[in-house]
Amino acid sequence: MRNNDLTIAVLSGKGGTGKTLVSVNLAALLPDSTYIDCDVEEPDGHLFFKPVFGTSVPVMVKTPQVDENRCTGCHACVDFCKFNALALIGSTLMVFNEICHSCGGCVLVCPRKALSEKERMVGFVREGISRGVQVVTGTMNIGESSGVPIIEAELRIKEKNINNLTFIDCPPGSACLVRKSIQEADYCLLVAEPTVFGAHNLAMVYALVSSLHKRFSLVLNKCLGGEENPSEVFAIEHQIPIVGRIPFDSELGLLNSEAKVVVWESEKYRQLFSSILTTVLREAHHEATGNS
Amino acid sequence: MRQLVILSGKGGTGKTTVASSFIKLATAKTYADCDVDAPNLHLIGSPFPSVKQTDYFSMPKAVINANLCISCAMCRKYCRFGAIVKDKTYKVDAASCEGCGVCAFVCPAKAITMEKTKAGDLLLYSDTDNTVFSTAVLSMGSGATGLLVTQVKKQMKAASGETPLAIIDGSPGIGCPVIASLSGADMVLIVAEPSISGISDMERIIGTAQQFQVRLAVCINKYDTNLLQSSHIESYCRTRRIPFVGKIPFEPMAIKAINQGKYLVDFPCEGAKALADVFAETMDLLQAEVV
Amino acid sequence: MRIAIPVEDISVEGKVCPSFGRAPYFYLYDTEDGHTLFLQNSAAESQGGAGIKAAQLLVDNQVAVVLAPRCGENSAKVLHSANMHIYKTVSSGVSENLALFAQGKLALLDKFHAGFLGHAE
Repeated sequence: MRNNDLTIAVLSGKGGTGKTLVSVNLAALLPDSTYIDCDVEEPDGHLFFKPVFGTSVPVMVKTPQVDENRCTGCHACVDFCKFNALALIGSTLMVFNEICHSCGGCVLVCPRKALSEKERMVGFVREGISRGVQVVTGTMNIGESSGVPIIEAELRIKEKNINNLTFIDCPPGSACLVRKSIQEADYCLLVAEPTVFGAHNLAMVYALVSSLHKRFSLVLNKCLGGEENPSEVFAIEHQIPIVGRIPFDSELGLLNSEAKVVVWESEKYRQLFSSILTTVLREAHHEATGNS
Repeated sequence: MRQLVILSGKGGTGKTTVASSFIKLATAKTYADCDVDAPNLHLIGSPFPSVKQTDYFSMPKAVINANLCISCAMCRKYCRFGAIVKDKTYKVDAASCEGCGVCAFVCPAKAITMEKTKAGDLLLYSDTDNTVFSTAVLSMGSGATGLLVTQVKKQMKAASGETPLAIIDGSPGIGCPVIASLSGADMVLIVAEPSISGISDMERIIGTAQQFQVRLAVCINKYDTNLLQSSHIESYCRTRRIPFVGKIPFEPMAIKAINQGKYLVDFPCEGAKALADVFAETMDLLQAEVV
Repeated sequence: MRIAIPVEDISVEGKVCPSFGRAPYFYLYDTEDGHTLFLQNSAAESQGGAGIKAAQLLVDNQVAVVLAPRCGENSAKVLHSANMHIYKTVSSGVSENLALFAQGKLALLDKFHAGFLGHAE
């Protein structure tokens, strides 16, 4: 079974559960894999990989601008804008960029064709290589409201490299940014920690991936021996396959906090994540053939 | 009423543990959980006797009337959000629809209307001693937005009466919901994690709060998991004159407390002591006159 | 000259509203002929950009002066572009603030909170 063209999205709902730990280290195991950081508000993966980046590609969105010679101050654009991003003083149109959703509606409704669009930058995407892993990082500019355009730009890069095993490091939460990140994923890998909060958030991402008819399995992180794991209980109750258990380990925690790729630092962790990767790939391919 | 908002940039730093501990220490009568993508605050403490539910409506979303639709696909051509899908007939994917109204405008058959959509439930819990707790639960497919955060806070303020302090547990990230939670804040307490990625995240949330000129303070949680990075955070704050209100050690009791739905400060432990000190420092700063 | 004040309800004895963009009404007072009127603020129920929409409403109603306790950057931009002056109210009483303004005792509002992507309180 080839791993070409398999895209696995790693998500957890809650932040700090280990999405980046898992996605970075699984991608790092094989040369020729791709890692895409879709947490564009707080990107971290590049801090671990430390790739040599190529040029930054700006991500642009459209914003309206007015030809004052054509504008008659009729107000049609102001009245149309559902986001209240426009204001008209006489025939001077003011545009509030950070509120504008770039829908293009104002341009369409203007009876005098006085509006056109220019582009403005909301973030940037960088690509680089680190020990054979293609690292794609998207960063949203501080003060912007939505990371969606940056995620879309990153995923367009992925479309050009369809022969790589790809891991998508998803943003926290379970709403529109996450949906965007997992939309084209072939498979989802959920990560959960052993607390009531963790189980609660696992339930939310479980509902999300189920509603999108994605195939998925679960990695339990920060596992403590002996105590009951609420996330494991949830997984068993809902028949979610568990593909790995990462122990709560202060050495692992320290390496991680020093932004080290643990599978490159120690054989112990290389083996731990290799066995998780083998199981995930087996699950992903197994379900694929089962459904074909 | 002073509003203290607790943020972290990245999740998992212990924001909710800090927020819940502060609520207990302050015997705060007014608090809110604005992290509606992953609300957790309601899992701590004893349940409230009463709750008031209100429907939360997001932007009106486009709806295509299949009887009037002539399948010309103009809507799909003009929609910039990929929200028009074809499944025998043309339909709007509400989760992707941003409510801009362009499709309704371009439709030659006038088959599209903008309709109010329920996107979740606003919940206001209250107790006989006038404690109020405001939060929300999102419907599947809906996202946390600035508007929802604003509604959660508005609901809290309307019910709060004459309390001196409101504590708000914010969302991770630096986007719209976080920016909305900064509005009206008297102070933001950032809970930082001592790791390289944690520091990068902390810098971005600080940058965001500073752009909106909100008073800031920083504390470190689980500081002893990496003493080197902890010291980096302290020097970062010192150099930029950002008030540093203390550090909390990694506390094994925290998981137990969370899993039992209890406040960490009710357990006699190092973490609880440190939290109490951070709380005292934060309150001093908050009550100090704004220059 | 027309003066506008964001208010909580339709009453001259009413209170000044702490929010500009989401005030339920604006009280308008014309200093030349003494006419008064209460404008319903359609911006109050907006999803976002309420301050901008409220400011647009005042521009469209030829207001020259705004008396308010606070105001966002975006609203201020719109109001200033229309050559309006914004003064800071000192109490919650509508008539009190009008009287103080007439006596030249109100200061210009010069600190505007940053636009919260249209979600300011």
